[in-house]
Amino acid sequence: MATVSLNSGLILAAILFVIGFVGLITRRNLIVVLACIEIMLNAAGLAFVVAGARWGRADGQVMFLFVLAMAAAEVAVGLALAIRFRQALGRLDIDAADEMRG
Amino acid sequence: MTTLFYIAGAVAIIATIMVVTRSQLVHALLYLVISLFAVAVVFFTLGAPFDAALEVIVYAGAIMMLFVFAVMLLDVRAQKPPRMPRSAWAGPVILIAVLLAELVYGITLHDHALAGGSVGPTQVSAALFGPYVLGVELASMLLLAALIGARHVAAEPTGAAAGEADAGTTGPEEAPEVPPAPEGVQG
Repeated sequence: MATVSLNSGLILAAILFVIGFVGLITRRNLIVVLACIEIMLNAAGLAFVVAGARWGRADGQVMFLFVLAMAAAEVAVGLALAIRFRQALGRLDIDAADEMRG
Repeated sequence: MTTLFYIAGAVAIIATIMVVTRSQLVHALLYLVISLFAVAVVFFTLGAPFDAALEVIVYAGAIMMLFVFAVMLLDVRAQKPPRMPRSAWAGPVILIAVLLAELVYGITLHDHALAGGSVGPTQVSAALFGPYVLGVELASMLLLAALIGARHVAAEPTGAAAGEADAGTTGPEEAPEVPPAPEGVQG
């Protein structure tokens, strides 16, 4: 069985990560920003799985499980913050929260 | 398997680009589900069927369900924030494209074939509860902290809610020590 090369998997992970990053800096909707963070975490997990498949070991998949748990925790807190954001500021535009003028 | 990998990878890239470019929030979330399914197929072709199943169950199931519930709660149709002007993001995007090109070039310098074969749930579980058992404990504590934190952050400040309604001051100091709600109902 012809197998996928290591490079293809890593390049796919890199492309997905960069697309997520571009979305992170170009979108202003808070929900979409959180979704883009999910894309980036997923791409990082893909890189772990590809690296684990390179050696035929289970460690890469275990690391993906930890990334998965972390992403679930992050999105729970992030969406709770989005709800409070909307209640406090009336909209979901992340530019609404620039009172510190960072 | 190689063909499946490339097809699923192309679907993942296209769907992810659509996530970033759609202006309708719900459309973007639907494309995100497609992207996650495609990545699950990629996992399967890489010989990680357990992670493929978890990707579908946890990512495309639970996490996207959270997103959809947040969209329902927030009534995002009312106002769509305008796009950022192109002048603001063109520079960073060009620079990150340069970095991506460098990264792809660096990756292609050395190529290796994957080991082939499939690493099933048995081996993953043996590793997870063998050498990585401390990580499992830490992940459980992280999830518990996220649960309590999300409940505390999203809780309606009940004492201040009535006052805010008529005073209309949703100022920066909403409920500094007002919320007495979150302590009794942690169960």
